[in-house]
Order: sequence, then structure tokens, then C-alpha cells
Amino acid sequence: MTRGNPFHTRTSTKTRKVSKWGDRTFLVLTGIGAAGVVGVLVAVGVVLYYGALPLINRDGLSFLTNRIWDPENNVYGILPFAAGTLITSAVALLISVPLSIGAALFLTQHAPQWLREPIAQVVQMLAAIPSVIFGFWGLIVIVPVMASTVNPALAHYLGWTGLFGGPTDIGTNILTASIVLAIMTVPTITALSKDSIMAVPRTQTEAAISLGATDWEVSRRAILPYARGGIVAGVVLGLGRALGETMAVTLVIGNSNGVPNSFIAPGQTIASLIANDFFESFYALERPALVYAALVLLVITLAVNVLARFLLARFQRGMGAKVE
Amino acid sequence: MKLKFDRYTRRKLFSRGMTVLTGATVVIVLLPLFSIIYETVVLGGGVLSVGFFTQNIPQPCSPHPGVVCQAGGIGPAIQGTFIIVALAALYSVPVGVGAAIFAVEYGGERALARVISMAADILSGVPSIVAGMFVYALIYYYEPAVVFSTFSGSLALGVIMLPIVMRTSEEALRTIPNSVREAALALGISRWKTSIRIVLIGALPGVLTGVMLAIARAAGEAAPMLLLNNGALHGFTGINYVSQNMALLIYTSAVAGYQNDVNLAWGAALILIVLVLGMSILSRIVLNRTARRWGQGT
Repeated sequence: MTRGNPFHTRTSTKTRKVSKWGDRTFLVLTGIGAAGVVGVLVAVGVVLYYGALPLINRDGLSFLTNRIWDPENNVYGILPFAAGTLITSAVALLISVPLSIGAALFLTQHAPQWLREPIAQVVQMLAAIPSVIFGFWGLIVIVPVMASTVNPALAHYLGWTGLFGGPTDIGTNILTASIVLAIMTVPTITALSKDSIMAVPRTQTEAAISLGATDWEVSRRAILPYARGGIVAGVVLGLGRALGETMAVTLVIGNSNGVPNSFIAPGQTIASLIANDFFESFYALERPALVYAALVLLVITLAVNVLARFLLARFQRGMGAKVE
Repeated sequence: MKLKFDRYTRRKLFSRGMTVLTGATVVIVLLPLFSIIYETVVLGGGVLSVGFFTQNIPQPCSPHPGVVCQAGGIGPAIQGTFIIVALAALYSVPVGVGAAIFAVEYGGERALARVISMAADILSGVPSIVAGMFVYALIYYYEPAVVFSTFSGSLALGVIMLPIVMRTSEEALRTIPNSVREAALALGISRWKTSIRIVLIGALPGVLTGVMLAIARAAGEAAPMLLLNNGALHGFTGINYVSQNMALLIYTSAVAGYQNDVNLAWGAALILIVLVLGMSILSRIVLNRTARRWGQGT
């Protein structure tokens, strides 16, 4: 914007006398809307804190480190679910990051020009599909494959690592949840990677080509290092989405309340714990405990999202280009 | 025979291989999407009939020899979803559009506008289950009797829709060039009339598709429904009571696993996917067209 929005010049109201009241009222009304957005965000944190207060007063921060979740005996610890959340999200990113960067490279460097925009739009459709449908699809399509083929193969070939122990016939497990989460994070990471790759200056690639670099060497040494900031922001944003994902995970993770000890064993995330237990929670402190769990999840996802926005803003400033 | 290549050929071949690999990643990424669409179209398309849209959700039942299951329909769930999303739009659209007007017309490039946009961005990162728990804790504090109700559910959906409405409206309002505002002010039109009758009307297609996008998103949200609007035996009977819901129906029938329910759930999934994909395609077209009309399009 070169000239700027004329509304922002303070003198403009002083020179006119028409309908000052209308302007004031309008400013106040829209201001209420703006305050509403900020207010809701603040309220989410405050209300969850007060909702969780009965348990916060009793357990304090030991809620975070306690390994046992046993409402019957009034013992509440979130550690296994926090671990489940971090593990599923980490494995999901391990799968989706290479796929997304590969897809972004293909869509910006190798695909025929006419195909680029359509494919990019189709990949973005993944972001629009409701998460409960991802879970439903995972349960019907992926879970049987995991139980019949993937689990036994992993146990057979990678069993020696000790990470794939336990029964192999359970299709709903941590790895299945990670795979579904990976699919769900792909559009976010691909979109941001694609945008930041496209923001790499032409001179950067041309310099590499003139030195005799092959296509891959151009991507590897000229493009990816330059676009790294934006790609990392996309990965963190995808992480934020994966950490809080509920319905898709709940349907395919198997919902078992122990500390996870194998990738092919059922597990539980903070979100799936809330989804599973909330409606059937009857013990005195169980609901405050679930509100506390939601508060912990909120803090984690907010931290990750703020980090992502910060990285993105820094990257955009650094590039001096508009990346969305 | 052992093939030997010189260094340059090796680099060339490796590069070619990596190109093929990136192409393969695109195929791998698109496979789940096509699988999801294929399953919902085939399985969901199979149950579509007039009765599917009008009849009640049947008793859960899996076919056995000698047992005939009712096919039933998801009429009440469609109605419930429609009403709860309309309620959520009622709260979130005025607030979201108001915030967007404030940010664009009064905040401009000042820090205040950035704070509001930032708040909306962060709010959109709040997981939907957390939004549901927020509304639970809020309503439980004020009026425990209506904690499980269509009203509670609609509040949670409102929280989810708010940042989407705000950000898309903001983008749409920013496509209106400042020369248009200047022209209006130069004609002596007051600021608020300019904001509404010139800027907002000009950006209306973009704002409306943002609203539709938020509605499609909210219609597919099952997590807050699971917490707040769960266990209904009927469609909508009042905002103080729970109501059936399409997204939740998918979850509950997937968990219970009765054949006739699962069939209906695929039908519900098909409706939701058509709604959601339709909206996101439509919004892209409209945003592009508005931008082009104001001379900023691609």
C-alpha cells in the first residue's frame, strides 16, 4: 500500500461535520467485535484455569508428571497422554515432512506448468476434509491393513529395536494414529513449503545452474537452504494441528491408558483422553481433571502456534516477500 | 556386468532419480485423498435415497440370518446440524465481520490491527476439543442445567468459526483499493456509510464465502458435539436440549460398528464432504474474482 487507507489520517474527521454520531457508534460496534476476538482468546485460558482449579489446588504441577490416571482412586496424572500426544505428532511429522517437501519441490520445479496449480489445489482439499471423516476412513481402510500386514512386518523386521513389541493383531495403535495425522498435516506443510520455495529469488537458482548444478543440486543447495525458514514455520504449524487433533486420533489410536511402550501398541493422547472419558466421567474430580488436561493441551498448542507465527513473520521479513 | 558411469552422468542420473521421487511423493500424498473420496462416494452414495434425508436414525442393528435391519435415514441429524451451525453463525458472523472492519478500516497498519489479526490466528490454532472444554467450563459455572445442550454446542462452534470469519473477511476487505474509500469520502459520505455501503458491499462476495467456509468447517466438527451435544435421541427440540448431529453420528456409529448405522454414517460423510469441498472451491473462485475486479487478481 503506497498511499495508505484514508481512514487512518486523523484529520479527516475534523474537516467534516456530517454524522459524527454515526461514525462513533460504528467505531464502537466494530470495536466490540475486535475486542470479542481478543476477549474469546483470553477467556479460553482463564475459564479453563478456573474450571481446573479444584484439581490444580490439590495436585498442582504434579498432575504433569504423574504416570497414573485412575479416577476410581482419585489419582490423576497426564504424563502417559502427554507422551502419547508428543510421540504421535513427532512420528506424524517424520512421515509428512519429507512427503510435503518432496511434493512442494515437484509442484514448483518439476511438474509441467499447467499441472502445478490444479495439483496444489487438490492437495489443499485434504485440509478441508472434516477430521472425523479422516478417522472413520482410517478405521475402515488403514486399521485392517495395519493388523494384517504392517504390524507383523514391523515386529518381524524391526522387533530387535524393542520399539515394536507386543501383540501385532491390533490395528488401532500409535503408529496408525501417526499415519492419519501425517496425512492431515501434509496440506499445511506443503502449502508453506511451496510458497517459500517460490519466494526464492530467481538469481539464486540461476547462479547454481550456471555453476553446472543438476536439478537436484539446485534444489538441495540453492533452493532448500534459502526457503528453510518458511518450511520450518510450516512444519511447526503442522505440528500445532497434529497436537490438538481429536476425532481422527480417537478413532484409530486404540485408547489405552498406559505409558506407551511400543509403536504398534494402543495408546492415548490428551485430546483422545478427553474425547473418550468426558461424557462418562462420574467421579468428583474427574471433570476438573479433564479440564486441566484441556488447559495443558491449550498451553502446548498455543506455544507451538505462537512459535510458528513468529518463525513465519521472521521469515517473511527476511525474504522481504509476501508468503501466505 | 558392472555398469560404470563417469561422475557427471552419475550426478545427472541421481538428479533424475530425485525428480522421480518428488513426483512419487505427490502421488503418495494424493492417494489418501482419492481413497477417502472414493470410499465416501461409493459407500455413501449407496445409501442415498429420499428416505435417507427424511427418516429417523434407526435402532442399531447388524444383519443376521433372520434379522432384517431398518435402513432408516439421518433426517434429524441433518436438521440438528443445520440449526446448530446457524446458531453458531448468529454469534460468530457479526463479531467476526465487525472485528475485520475494525482491523482494516480503523486499525490499518497500526499495531492494534496486527494484535487483532494475531489473536484470530492464534484462536484458529486452538484445538476444537479445547474449544468444547472451554464452553463446558464456562456454562458449567453459570448454568449447569444447560451444559449439555444444542446451545452449548453452538457456542463452541461459534468459537471455532470466529477466527475463520474474521480472517477471510479481513482479506476480502483489504482487496478494496483505498482509492474507492477516498472517492467516497471526497463525495462527503460519512466514514461509517463508506465502510458499510461501499467497502463492505464491495467485499461482500468474499465475506460471504468466508462465512460459508466457516459454516462448512463447523458442520464437520465432531469433537465439541461429543462433549456438549451428545446422546440425543431426537433432532432439534429446543436450544436447551441436545440434538442429533451429522458429524457426531459418524463418530458414534464408527465406534459402535452396527452395520446399518455405519452405512448411514458414510452417507453423512458424503454430505459433509460435498459441502466442505464445494465451499472451499467456491470460495477460491469468488476471492479470485473479487480481487481481479479490483485490479489485484492473478
